[in-house]
Amino acid sequence: MEHLLLQQYWWVILSLLAGLLVFMFFVQGGQTLLLTLAKGEEEKQLIVNSLGRKWELGFTTLVLFGGAFFAAFPLFYATSFGGAYFVWMAILLCFVLQAVSYEFRKKPGNLLGAKVYEAFLFLNGSVGVILIGTAVATLFSGAAFSLNEYNLSQWHNDLRGLEAAFSLFNVSLGVAVFFLGRMLGALYFINHIDAPALVERARRSVLINTVCFLPFFLYFVVALLMRDGYAYDQVTGLVTLESFKYLDNFLAMPIVLAMFLAGVICVLYAVYLGAFAKSSAGIWSGGVGSVLVVMSLFLNVGLNGTAFYPSYHDLQSSLTIVNSSSSHYTLMAMTIVSITVPVVLGYIILTWRAMDKNKLHHDEIKDSKEAY
Amino acid sequence: MDLATGLAHVDWSRLQFAVTAMFHFIFVPLTLGLAFIVAFMETIYVRTGDEYWKRVTKFWMKLFAINFVVGISTGLIMEFQFGMNWSNYSWVVGDVFGAPLAIEGIVAFFLEATFFAVMFFGWDKVRKGTHLFATWMVAIGSNLSALWILIANGWMQYPVGSHYNPDTARLEMLNFWEILFSPMGIIKFLHTVGSGYVVASLFVVTVSAWYLLKKRDTVFAKRSIAVAAAFGLITSIFLAGTGDQSGYIIAQKQPMKLAAMEGLYDGERQAGVVAMGILRPNVKPGDGQDPFWLEIKIPYALSFMGYRDVNAFVPGINDLVYGNAAEGIIGAGELMERGALAQIALAAYKESVKAGDRAGSEFHRMTVAENAPYIGYGSLEKPEDIVPPVGITFYSFRIMVMLGMFFIALFGAILFLLHRGQIEKYPPFLRLCLLGLPLGYIAAQAGWVVAEVGRQPWAVQDLLPVHTAATSIGAGAIQISFWIFVFIFVVFFMAGLKVMLEQIKIGPEGGK
Repeated sequence: MEHLLLQQYWWVILSLLAGLLVFMFFVQGGQTLLLTLAKGEEEKQLIVNSLGRKWELGFTTLVLFGGAFFAAFPLFYATSFGGAYFVWMAILLCFVLQAVSYEFRKKPGNLLGAKVYEAFLFLNGSVGVILIGTAVATLFSGAAFSLNEYNLSQWHNDLRGLEAAFSLFNVSLGVAVFFLGRMLGALYFINHIDAPALVERARRSVLINTVCFLPFFLYFVVALLMRDGYAYDQVTGLVTLESFKYLDNFLAMPIVLAMFLAGVICVLYAVYLGAFAKSSAGIWSGGVGSVLVVMSLFLNVGLNGTAFYPSYHDLQSSLTIVNSSSSHYTLMAMTIVSITVPVVLGYIILTWRAMDKNKLHHDEIKDSKEAY
Repeated sequence: MDLATGLAHVDWSRLQFAVTAMFHFIFVPLTLGLAFIVAFMETIYVRTGDEYWKRVTKFWMKLFAINFVVGISTGLIMEFQFGMNWSNYSWVVGDVFGAPLAIEGIVAFFLEATFFAVMFFGWDKVRKGTHLFATWMVAIGSNLSALWILIANGWMQYPVGSHYNPDTARLEMLNFWEILFSPMGIIKFLHTVGSGYVVASLFVVTVSAWYLLKKRDTVFAKRSIAVAAAFGLITSIFLAGTGDQSGYIIAQKQPMKLAAMEGLYDGERQAGVVAMGILRPNVKPGDGQDPFWLEIKIPYALSFMGYRDVNAFVPGINDLVYGNAAEGIIGAGELMERGALAQIALAAYKESVKAGDRAGSEFHRMTVAENAPYIGYGSLEKPEDIVPPVGITFYSFRIMVMLGMFFIALFGAILFLLHRGQIEKYPPFLRLCLLGLPLGYIAAQAGWVVAEVGRQPWAVQDLLPVHTAATSIGAGAIQISFWIFVFIFVVFFMAGLKVMLEQIKIGPEGGK
């Protein structure tokens, strides 16, 4: 297989993983709804136990996303993680807190008290998600690094990545992802929990969070389509700034544009199903829509001669799927392993269906020794 | 350099990674072993239909979950730290090292995460057989995860199946199967999961012994301790076997580590293993001092362990640092020259390529290729830099081995007393069993200290010294993250321990 094709394949895989990760942010979004949506301890238990059966999947998707980036595009891993040190540190802390919070929150003898663990869950769902969105926006807006002739990186801003948080463009994506997570979280509750009053509140929450989501998302999309992008010459590798690059990318890749538009429609349809049609299937439409939109944004920034991690400090240090990838052999080896992905998706779907045949009712968890 | 402490950023990064890895390895062994013990117990339940075994299974499963979540949290920290603190490493070896991490995610983590939910919440949702399948999948998934990590670690200790590419200035994979089936990686996997099984067995033994001492839940405790002691005896004997094989492979591939493990400065034939010894402090390579104040040796054992030949020559630290022509050992000084030559040729190659000088670039490329196996030596300052901290390596090795032998005896004695139906009649023995878990942890940590401290100064043996692998960042930033992590680890440890102790106090009949 041609090397460029393998690089593109792995960019598509990473784009899919990014989409799935954002879909799984329904867990994080749901966590931020815990304190406002639940009235009373019983509903709180329902929410925590509903999310508690899925959080590992989101956590694992994050780990795989990181691992796949490391393996397929190690120069990005080295440059961004080592450079934007404090942003990744903050993201890491927010996610580390999540795992223990479900398990320890209600256990007898828990050292910190349930409220602290609930605060951890909120922190994970809010700051963690906003920071990830902000960090991802730098794939479009760039970062202050340079590479030497041995591809070893230097960062040229003392804030070590925190500078990304001072850009409205970057933060708008972070906040949009945060509200998208909350929409998906509410849609998940509608689908998964058998508690009419709580579900009714979740339907209202879908609408409210959609209203909050739209301005940030629209601002990000319009700003993206209007801004200059980082193009590279596919023969010489030379990186240049190009007007309307990301708009051009959509037009040059109609399938990607179709994915983006279909994704937006799916998300809006999910909002309609959740908030107006009294359906419980909104999470699926919202999930598919989120995957499509995120995937299309990643494909936009990585393909069609675009630098997916540009350096505004030194244009020629910008990372592309060509100059930052692993060797042909490694990509090929991982491609063969990736054939197992449908098997993985298959057993995830089967177990999800087996576990979620019936909606979660309080009777199921009130006397359970396994409940969170 | 941090002015307050005198530590450079690389020292803070090393300290941070060491603390994270050691903290992570408090939880990993229990995950690896307890998952199988729980699966055995549930298998007995499904085969016999005895509800009591279901309660036994559920109790240990609960403790497994408390341990599991802290393990995966700290695993994420390690994944991030590769990029954050070791960005040069991430680039130089990412082509080889990244793949096992990604494969671990695809084939192992999802298996664990997906079936974890079924294992815990699926008791009344899926059929008995399906539930048992899920429990086994969690056990297999967690051990598969260890396989890929240890394959990656094994490659760092003995980098096979890869080469140095001057065009990209990094190590690249050449043969996936050679890396996967590297003897170093395989033996590390077997030895490490073996240690996990032993630690988990000791955990069950310790908790069960406590119940027996308290004269409560005795049926539960006897059933649990029987499963754990049987599993523990088999796996601790297995551990001794893999330990011996580890020693053999280390002798072939990392002779300096073996020399440090034995405090052996001057190589010898018919070398003995130091069964017990006290090292003299401040011994330096080449200073001619006797390294021991006191030593009791098992004659011939080191030559036999390292080379399966009692007359074999085992090189010492001085041989490896200064060379030993009679035994055909090249000293570090000469290797440093070859490493420096590789680095100079690499720079010249880059210049030639830039200038479009084909002949020149081909010449320099060949020079790089010839000397690349020693390229890391070119970044060392003096030959003595290849010597790891001898005292830590030497004592850690002895602690690990002695405790390993003690565990075999302990498990054997438990099974003997259970067979005689008398275990609860020997409270002093049960009190000894209470020490099993802490000693198990000490042995497991000591094992990792031998493996990781003993391979210093290398991040990747011969190719990448630790000090060139670190991120270019001020010591202050690493120091900040170090203390944040230490704080988190202390809080997590206290929180996890308290929750676990509370569950143990409540016992198998109650709790949440």
